[in-house]
Amino acid sequence: MKLLATYLVGLVFGVGISISGMANPAKVLNFFDIAGAWDPSLIFVMGGALVTTFLGYKLVFGRAAPVFDSAFSLPTARAIDAKLVGGAAVFGIGWGIAGFCPGGALPALGTGRVEVVLFVAAVVAGILIARGTTATFVRRVSA
Amino acid sequence: MIETVFTPWASLAGGVLIGLAATLLMLTLGRVMGATGVLSGVIFPASGAEFAWRAALLAGMVSAPAAIWQVMGEMPAVEVPVSTGALVIGGIIVGMGVTWGSGCTSGHGVCGMARLSPRSIVATVTFMAFTFATVFVLRHVIGG
Repeated sequence: MKLLATYLVGLVFGVGISISGMANPAKVLNFFDIAGAWDPSLIFVMGGALVTTFLGYKLVFGRAAPVFDSAFSLPTARAIDAKLVGGAAVFGIGWGIAGFCPGGALPALGTGRVEVVLFVAAVVAGILIARGTTATFVRRVSA
Repeated sequence: MIETVFTPWASLAGGVLIGLAATLLMLTLGRVMGATGVLSGVIFPASGAEFAWRAALLAGMVSAPAAIWQVMGEMPAVEVPVSTGALVIGGIIVGMGVTWGSGCTSGHGVCGMARLSPRSIVATVTFMAFTFATVFVLRHVIGG
């Protein structure tokens, strides 16, 4: 029951990503190209998602606990440090090069397109590299 | 470069569905909806229970294009205006960035921003700025 509900949540997310244009690198890159073939559609994706989540979370957090667990599992990290900002900057560079972000690419895997599979495999390789070098990175940027 | 059509209504509807999914995941499992966490958690699971819900979520996401094809008669558009090399290099950089930065567009940009998390606001402003800058350099400085 819990896993079926989770599957359906994933399906809603995937349908949202697919019809929004986030799964289409041409559209994503054109959003970021204000000096060129600018396509402002992604403002509407971000705005729609943010307002809905903001209001939805307000309702959900009125409950003592989620339906299938005894407590909400919210991120506990608070520090705004070099790892957060450096990581976000690196992510932005990669997003600008490839045009896919993880949230756009995962549902797009379902199209069976080989480019999407390649991108996701490369992301997994990047996750592996970062997991191996996180300690070094933090030492270097905070030195 | 591929010209794309401005789609405010489809994009707004898609955004609302993304927000609905984030809300429903918090309501059911009490979890933040982050694509980075889903992918990392499926490939490097901390435990069986941590793996199972992320795998179910991922299966739902991957089913979406087929569901759209069933209803609308065509797969969602995936147009790739960059080379295979750029996809792979960009993908590796994305994987490193989201691991160090603890999240991406969905985790920080939607869920974290909606919780008004200062970390997520800083992360989102940073990656958006760097993506704008990267696309500008690639298309108008180097490729211009």
